[in-house]
Amino acid sequence: MSDDPTHAVFSVRRVQGLVRKEFRQVLRDPSNFAVAVILPALLLFLFGYGVSFDPRHYNVGLVVEQATPQSGSFTAALTNSPFFDATYARDRRVLEPALIAGDLHAIIVLPADFADQAYRSHSAPLQVIVDGSDPNTAILVQGYIELLWVNWLEQESLSRGGAMITPPVTIEHRVWFNQELASRNYLVPGSIAIILTLIGSLLTALVIAREWERGTMEALLATPVNIAELLIGKLAPYFLLGMGSMALSTVLAIVVFDIPLRGSPAILTLVSAVYMLTSLGQGLLISTLTRIQLVAAQVSILAAFLPAFYFSNFVFEGDSMPVALQWVSYLVPARYFVPSLQTIFLTGDVWPIILPNLAALSGIALVFFAITLLRTRTRLD
Amino acid sequence: MLTRLFALIKKELLASARDRQTRLVVLIAPPFLLLIYVFAITQDVTNISLGVVDRDQGRYSREILDRVVGSSRFQEILYFESEAELGAAIDAQRVLVGLHFQDGFSRRILRRHSSNFQLLLDGRRSNAAQIVSGYIYRITESYNLELLDEAGITMPTAVISRTWFNANSEPLWSATPALFAVLASIVGFMVSALAIARERELGTFEQLLVSPLTPFEILIGKTLPALLIALASSAVMLAFSVFLLDVPLRGDLAALFLAMVVFLLSIIGIGLFISSIVRTQQQAVIGLFIYMIPAVLLSGYATPVANMPDWLQLVTQTNPITHFIVICKGIFLKDLPASDIWAHTWPMIVIAIATLSIGTWLFNRRLE
Repeated sequence: MSDDPTHAVFSVRRVQGLVRKEFRQVLRDPSNFAVAVILPALLLFLFGYGVSFDPRHYNVGLVVEQATPQSGSFTAALTNSPFFDATYARDRRVLEPALIAGDLHAIIVLPADFADQAYRSHSAPLQVIVDGSDPNTAILVQGYIELLWVNWLEQESLSRGGAMITPPVTIEHRVWFNQELASRNYLVPGSIAIILTLIGSLLTALVIAREWERGTMEALLATPVNIAELLIGKLAPYFLLGMGSMALSTVLAIVVFDIPLRGSPAILTLVSAVYMLTSLGQGLLISTLTRIQLVAAQVSILAAFLPAFYFSNFVFEGDSMPVALQWVSYLVPARYFVPSLQTIFLTGDVWPIILPNLAALSGIALVFFAITLLRTRTRLD
Repeated sequence: MLTRLFALIKKELLASARDRQTRLVVLIAPPFLLLIYVFAITQDVTNISLGVVDRDQGRYSREILDRVVGSSRFQEILYFESEAELGAAIDAQRVLVGLHFQDGFSRRILRRHSSNFQLLLDGRRSNAAQIVSGYIYRITESYNLELLDEAGITMPTAVISRTWFNANSEPLWSATPALFAVLASIVGFMVSALAIARERELGTFEQLLVSPLTPFEILIGKTLPALLIALASSAVMLAFSVFLLDVPLRGDLAALFLAMVVFLLSIIGIGLFISSIVRTQQQAVIGLFIYMIPAVLLSGYATPVANMPDWLQLVTQTNPITHFIVICKGIFLKDLPASDIWAHTWPMIVIAIATLSIGTWLFNRRLE
């Protein structure tokens, strides 16, 4: 840095000028509008309507090797169940190709001796083959078929005049914060983190890498503007773009997708603002280290976007990952944002969750900005 | 013409191989990401922390708890005095699930009444909560059969299930082929859309245009190396899947490679299409995301396609990633017959032809 006195002193007027200029530039490129408005709407729509962990119905094949009154009543129970969409056959070999092609989730086989076996103890009258290529679906299908079977047995026992068999232990099932267990209730709030990551890390990394690539960054640094002013000037428009996008997403989540906002909007704004700063810091750091747009884009996809997707408890459970990966996840800023988002929307202002996460985010942001300042200085000197 | 084309392809490949950053990002990073992320996306829920309030302290509540704690899925069990304390722990996400046994739980069973305990789940993580409640229901069900057996009431011991293709429900087996497909598509986009947008912004593309090469030759000269690089990266990922992650490759490797070529061509076609309608690299990246995010999310990669509304399932038929995931999972795990592979390959051929020719046409039009 030079000894020029105008250089060292922070000037509000210069910052204003810079911000105004950057703002115009942001508004002129229609792709920024796409990121701030179209992308959030698209993501919310996808998580609100498209992507869902909640099964609609399962396609099962039923093989009845020998028709009897018992097999008939079981077939009726299967047909009437809202969980299944059944295909029928007399021989399982007819249905196996459909299981291989993925058109059927499972095949239920009622063997020829089904009627004899059905009421005998310790027998296994029912055979089920499930497609294990998606283990979670396989486990759910198995569960639903077992439930169907137990219900049918109880019904049969009643209709034959037998006593109702009551299980000794039953479960009273209560789900907090999300009674209908709809996955969109936590996916929609979480997607705000993805949007802010895209604006903060990816877009910012690109914009600033472009300045380095074209040499305009050096030109700017040669003017009386100092680094702090320059950073504020560059980052302020994207910060506001991100916050606007967050506000839009929140309104859409509440109005269109009926997601409750049980915490306070002020806390939501505060937490989002801190995350936005962290994310901007990451984008800035990436662009400073790479200085080429193509590489900056690739690095921020690999180092910011994908981790925000995988390691933030947004879609995938952090606690179920191997311990080494859980350690990696501590380095991912989004990990400290998504749980706060889900909590503020679905539970309320739970400070034991929000405060530690805020502290971690601020710490990471400081590290990002500190490294950036150091690198910028050493590279120019 | 062929020698010119050959020279261009050779130059592109050499340039990519010499560039340290390209090597790192396109060739080396994706296979390692496969190794890391595959463990992140396995949705088998383990290491669950469980909160317990046992006001009963009787034989039956203890026996149920023993069975739950004995399951290797639960990592940490925290005991609480009251439901309010348990509730606070769920709020703060210290536990995912709570079990609450009320006073007199065991007494009711002894009197041959049906007795219940409460299962409290955190709906913020409803998918995990649902899977966990499945475990607890199973444990309770088999415990019920034991109790009934003790009381002299026997039921048919339910259902014999066999899981085909993945007998031990190994989550890595299904996650790896799907992640492989997604990472291959990311590589395909990086080497096509982003690379071409960069050349245009830097002006090197214009330099090529004043060379004796025709626009068509230039496009082939850019597409073919991109395809080769993406194929190389995919081949490494494939080898990692089989040798390091131990996923069985039961089907025809040659068929998988053929499908991969078609798939990457369709991705490169889409990349070409995007790069032909944008002006800057920034716009290319944004265009890419606007296409990639829905394409990956609706591909059946994170959640089953069958859970989507019907009309959206129709839309996913135009998505090459959807088809390639079916093919990958099929060839890896099921030894998918050729007819089924073809059923998912021809839509990708149509997509590849459509996007490559529209992309070429748009390119030509803008260049003239």
